[in-house]
Parts: sequence; C-alpha cells; structure tokens
Amino acid sequence: MSQPALVEIRDLNFTYDKRPVLQGINMTFPKGKLVAIMGLSGCGKTTLLRHIGGALKPTKGYVKMDGQVMHDLDRQGLYAMRRKMGMLFQFGALFTDMSVYDNVAFQMREHTDLSEDLIHSLVMMKLHAVGLRGAQDMMPSELSGGMARRVALARTVALDPMLIMYDEPFAGLDPISLTVIGDLIRRLNDALGATSIIVTHDIQESLKIVDYVYFMAGGVIRAEGTPDELRASKNDFVRQFVHGEMDGPVPFHYPGADYHQDLNLRT
Amino acid sequence: MAVQSTIRAIGHQIVNTVWRIGVAARFFFLTLLYSGNSFRRFHLIIKELFSSGVMSLIIIIVAGLFVGMVLGLQGYETLKRYGSESALGVMVALGLVRELGPVMAALLFASRAGSAMTAEIGLMKATEQISAMEMMAVNPIARIVAPRFWAGVISMPLLAALFSAVGIFGGYLVGVVQIGVDEGSFWSQMQAAVDFREDIMNGAIKSLVFGVVVTVIALFEGFDAPPTAEGVSGATTRTVVTSSLAILMLDFVLTAIMFRGA
Repeated sequence: MSQPALVEIRDLNFTYDKRPVLQGINMTFPKGKLVAIMGLSGCGKTTLLRHIGGALKPTKGYVKMDGQVMHDLDRQGLYAMRRKMGMLFQFGALFTDMSVYDNVAFQMREHTDLSEDLIHSLVMMKLHAVGLRGAQDMMPSELSGGMARRVALARTVALDPMLIMYDEPFAGLDPISLTVIGDLIRRLNDALGATSIIVTHDIQESLKIVDYVYFMAGGVIRAEGTPDELRASKNDFVRQFVHGEMDGPVPFHYPGADYHQDLNLRT
Repeated sequence: MAVQSTIRAIGHQIVNTVWRIGVAARFFFLTLLYSGNSFRRFHLIIKELFSSGVMSLIIIIVAGLFVGMVLGLQGYETLKRYGSESALGVMVALGLVRELGPVMAALLFASRAGSAMTAEIGLMKATEQISAMEMMAVNPIARIVAPRFWAGVISMPLLAALFSAVGIFGGYLVGVVQIGVDEGSFWSQMQAAVDFREDIMNGAIKSLVFGVVVTVIALFEGFDAPPTAEGVSGATTRTVVTSSLAILMLDFVLTAIMFRGA
C-alpha cells in the first residue's frame, strides 16, 4: 500500500438521532487499488460510502478525496468532485424511463458538449466492455438482474471516473452473473487506472478480486488486511465472518429478556 | 391527561402541517430557480407534455362532453320555466368557461396526471434513481422536477379550454340537436354574452393557478415520499386529496376576487 492515497478518511465519526453510527474510522484508499469494506448489514458501510460521496456531513473527522475535504465543499465544488466519481447502486438504479443506451449516454449529455456521433461511439464502447452492446434498445424493465447491474456498471464508468464506488454489487445475483460482475469490477479498475471501493458482505467473491479489506462491525473497524492475511487470521470476528459461522463474537440471538422468563416458566 | 394529550396531538399536527407547507414553498422556489435548464433543453418539457398533457386528453374530452350534456339538459329544464330556453347557450358557456372547465379539468388532471407524477417520482426515489442522479452531479430538481412542473403549467390551461369547448359542444348536442332549442339564438346569445376578458381570461387565469398548485403538490409529494411501497402509495393518495381540496378552496377565493358584484 505504498502508492499515494486518492481517498483518506481520518477519525470519522457520525451520529444519527443520538445513535453513533460510525466511530473513529481511519481508512486509506491508494490510487489504482481495489479495496473492500465488509461487514454485516447495518454496520455503517453504506453510511460510510455516503460520506465519501459527500452526501452526509460527519459529526467529527473528515473524508479527503484528491486532496480536498469533502464536507468543506460547496454545492458547486461537490458537483465538480462528483464528476470524478462513479457509483454503482445496490440494484443498479437505472433510470426506468430511459433505454439502456440513453442511460449510459446520460452523463455524457449532461456534462459534455460532445456530438451525438461521438456519444454513440463512446456508449457502444462502454456497452461492449460489459458485453451488452446488443441490448442498447432495451428498457430497464426488460433486463434481468445481472444485465441491469452490468448496464449500471457501464453507466458508472461512462465518464472514466477516478474513483468508482460499489454499494453491494453482488447482492441478489446468480452464480454466473456474480463471477461476471466480479471480473468486470477488477478489469475496469485496472483498465481505467481508477481506484475502487466495494462495500459488500459477499466475502468469497470479493476476496478473489480485491487488494485490501476493512472489516467493520457496529460502526468501528474490527480488522483489516490483504485477502491472504484475512484468510489466515486468528481474529474471532474475522474467522466467524470468513467462514460464515453461526455463533461467535456476533451472537445468533438478538439481546432479549431471559428465555425462561419469556416462556413464563417458574424456576 | 386525555385532554392534555389531545391538545398536544393537535398542536403537533398543526406544527407539522405548517412545516410541510414551508418545505413545499422552498421546493417550489428551488424549482423556479433551476428552471433555466428546462427551457434551454425544451425537448425535456415536450416529453413531459406528452405524458401529462396528451395522455390526459381522452379523460378530459369524455368528461367534458358529458358535463356539457348534463348542463344542456338541466339548463333547459330550468330556463324553460321562465320561457328563456334561447339563453341555454349563454348558460352552458358561462358555466363552463368560468367554473366547470377550469375546476373539473384541474380535478381530473390531479387524479390522472398528478397521481402519476407523484408515483413516478416516489418510485424513482425508492429505487435510488434520484440518489444516483445526485451522485452523477446532476441536480434532480433541475432535471426531473422542473420539466414536469412546466409541462403541468402549460398543459393545464389548454386542457381546461378543451374541456370547455367540448362541453359547449355537448350542451349543443343535447339542447339544439336533441331537444330542439333554436340554433341561431343558442350561438348568437352565447357570442354576445360571453366576454373575452371577463369570462374567458378569468377562466384561463384560474386554470393556470390550478395548474401551478396541482403540479407543485404532485411533485413535492413524490419528492418527499418515504422510499417504501407504503410511502409512495400514501403520497399518491395525498396528492389527489390535497390538490382536490386546494382546487376547490382556491376556486372560491379566485371567484370572489374576479366576479364579486360584477
């Protein structure tokens, strides 16, 4: 991890409704690397992603991208920064009133003065990269889950972003689509020379493709390391997570009243 | 204790309502502020004119025809008592142009196009399309809300005018063709009695105001809907209920200002 960092998070704290969601998060995302943030549902992963995108203001600490503190930017500065980012949402978030082609062309039309001819060539290249050139005229409602995710991926990289963020890119995919998306994420990152952040709880798929992993639970970082280090880790939490064990530091039972008491048994 | 909590609940409700009106007003100003882009790229408005205006044509034409026919029948029955059936054209035309055209068209527009706008934007929010747009550095108010707003504002007066025109034709069908009121007096009295500024323009102003109000309510409810199935369905219902009440109340206010003692 010796490359300069594109994104730095220092002592990030976020409190929502008096409930601490993120506490003292320190992370570094070096240029050109693919880094995963893993953890159970509700551990604050998506909140963290929203901080990196500048959609939320931290209670304490900061997120710095490309040398600039995200929450200090005004709307114009934030939008300028977001043009350097791409984000793939959990279920693609394709615009349902536009065709596949128009979805991929959307940002090019909004942010550039490129001619329609040039846009056409660019859209074809992006769709070709995800193997869906033939689906250009389809509407999002006609696509399967895996196809929609691939179109969304093409749209995410439409303007060749420096930073690509993925929110649960593997959720709800069949095994073939899963491998395809995983492979695409790695290849697009390397081909574009971008930096990628994947928020996921799909451990097996992501350990195959990422360079570094942060494990989160309850709003704090519980472990971090390369995929090999984590596979060999003796940390109870990491072991439970990597091997999907039912009980461990993350208990099977949600905290509640005494079992005997709930059954109205006399002891 | 029960009294206390009731008072507290009422107070809470009032504060909530006032707060929401404030948020909606801010939303309206932001929509106006970010409208420039919609006019530079007019095709965005044209697309929305099709889905809110053109798609409402059938319901407006059918409803207008029947309302006009009923007016023809009821008007004839009443006017006959005073021996002034020849004024049927005036009655039908004034009723439609001043009141029923703008009000009925706005009510139909709220339930046909308004509810569709709310549901569409609410679902866009629920499926993260609006967040995705924000992350692409595209302002959703400028790109999604403003074109729909202007499409609603443009199509409402046109739909109301169409409603009145078709209604007058309905009144003609029943009054002249079916019952046999003199055709010449039907049209000539109408032409003499309906004033362009007093009646037609005032009706057009009404429908313009209704267009603004209905569209803002529909867009705001959609944009403000909780991103869940219940949230979107609740917002759609609120759009129809709130805009219908707003139309009827505003109609009274506008009528009182425009036609008082005239």
